[in-house]
Amino acid sequence: MAVLVLAEHSNDALNDATAKTVAAAQAFGGDIDVLVAGHNAKAAADAAAKLAGVRKVIHVEGEAFSHALAEAVEALVVPMMSGYDAFFAPATTTGKNVAPRIAAKLDVMQISEITKVIDASTFERPIYAGNAILTVKSADAKKVVTVRGTAFQAVAATGSASVETAAAPAGPFKATFVSEELQKSDRPELASAKRVVSGGRALASAEQFNQYILPLADKLGAGVGASRAAVDAGYAPNDFQVGQTGKVVAPELYIAIGISGAIQHLAGMKDSKIIVAINKDEEAPIFQIADYALVGDLFKIVPELTSKL
Amino acid sequence: MKVLVPVKRVIDPNVRPRVKADGTGVDLANIKMAMNPFCEIAVEEAVRMKEKGVVTEIVLVSIGPAQAQETIRIGLAMGGDRGILVQTDVAVEPLAVAKILAKIVEAEQPGLVITGKQAIDDDANQTGQMLAALLDWPQGSFASAVAMDGDKLKVTREVDGGLQTVSLSLPAVVTTDLRLNEPRFASLPNIMKAKKKPIDTKAPADYGVDVTPRLSVVKVAEPKKREAGEKVADVDALIAKLKSVGAI
Repeated sequence: MAVLVLAEHSNDALNDATAKTVAAAQAFGGDIDVLVAGHNAKAAADAAAKLAGVRKVIHVEGEAFSHALAEAVEALVVPMMSGYDAFFAPATTTGKNVAPRIAAKLDVMQISEITKVIDASTFERPIYAGNAILTVKSADAKKVVTVRGTAFQAVAATGSASVETAAAPAGPFKATFVSEELQKSDRPELASAKRVVSGGRALASAEQFNQYILPLADKLGAGVGASRAAVDAGYAPNDFQVGQTGKVVAPELYIAIGISGAIQHLAGMKDSKIIVAINKDEEAPIFQIADYALVGDLFKIVPELTSKL
Repeated sequence: MKVLVPVKRVIDPNVRPRVKADGTGVDLANIKMAMNPFCEIAVEEAVRMKEKGVVTEIVLVSIGPAQAQETIRIGLAMGGDRGILVQTDVAVEPLAVAKILAKIVEAEQPGLVITGKQAIDDDANQTGQMLAALLDWPQGSFASAVAMDGDKLKVTREVDGGLQTVSLSLPAVVTTDLRLNEPRFASLPNIMKAKKKPIDTKAPADYGVDVTPRLSVVKVAEPKKREAGEKVADVDALIAKLKSVGAI
């Protein structure tokens, strides 16, 4: 058996989600090759070669891969799949964008956001915003899977796989990259941060979100998250959203501030190790899953917490 | 330009799903159902494009049980022009949904398909991308802004690091994210008018698509329960607790 893992990377660095996807591929079994498709992505390919358990890295260079356009990645991966039994991609926005295209071209029903590999055709995945856990068996000859990073421990960087280069498919493609606005931040990346501080609607404005949430996050060296309500209201950017349709996080410590705890939000954070909730509403659903509940006015509590830490 | 918008009937997003005691699925008997929220956003976007004069006709498609007709009616009341119900009691998987939609696209020749990015029941996030692949069309998934740009469609996408904008040649598939728009409520007169709008009823066999599931359910279980913890009196007590468990 052989598995092709799609690397998540930023060309000059490998994203942690790749090592977690390799871990899921190890649980599946067989030889593991990692595909690094990028533009000036040698650094990412070299980093992928260090991941434990990897047989080889396939490094493909092309302008169209600088932003992982789904049309280009599909054209690259589909012909490669004659040599593989499974395609594993991280359940990042890149993986979610491209994996279904590959599945459809292979006539395979994809298994999205797996949290456990039971055997080579059976997987666990959450459905209904994590309110139910589905165990599902695939009858397809090849498997196409996306992997929820929080459910797998990243493999160590102790390997030394070879790096092969392969040719990029000829374009042009029907989609072209125009621009991107990426949040620049020195804070830990939300999806892999050990600590996360999240703010909700109660922050009431972008200014107050920044004024109360960010200093606490910086004091803790934490990533910053937000509820959907806070993002919809414009208090925080979209890439902060934690929940069913945003990012799923499972840090050691999750501090929910002014977040009531809709099931869609809980879906994105309830696997955190320790959950602290600060909310003035004693009846807020977030308190039903919080390890430590502090009822009170966040505008008093948060500055005090920040100064005393 | 004609737009095709697939809409799915799902559990109401405000209802807490319960796993059946026999572990075969989620109990949907007598549960309030609604249009999938991402599909509502897709319908709204199509209606706004029609109001801007970019779109001439909005065709809604639902694949599901007879009651999915109600879901189409909601979309018609929001501003859709006509509907196609592909009626089946099988829980059709995204791959088969995409195959049926591809056949409908062949017949209807829309310039754009707008789908929700995921359904809140199976959380698969696949159908739009699969449809684009089957048609060899470009895709703008997880869209937070859509605008015509000459003969291209400019789509701003919500990605992990922020926002990405791509330019798509048409025809194309767009899948909607939460911030694309805020769907309108259908007014009573529009709900009345929608009752007269036509809905064609078809079956998967009419499109030659085998909807037999590729995935079989081994079991559906409750997630591990998280117990409520303890209340702490003040900030000092919270810090003491967090120190005692090594969290800070």
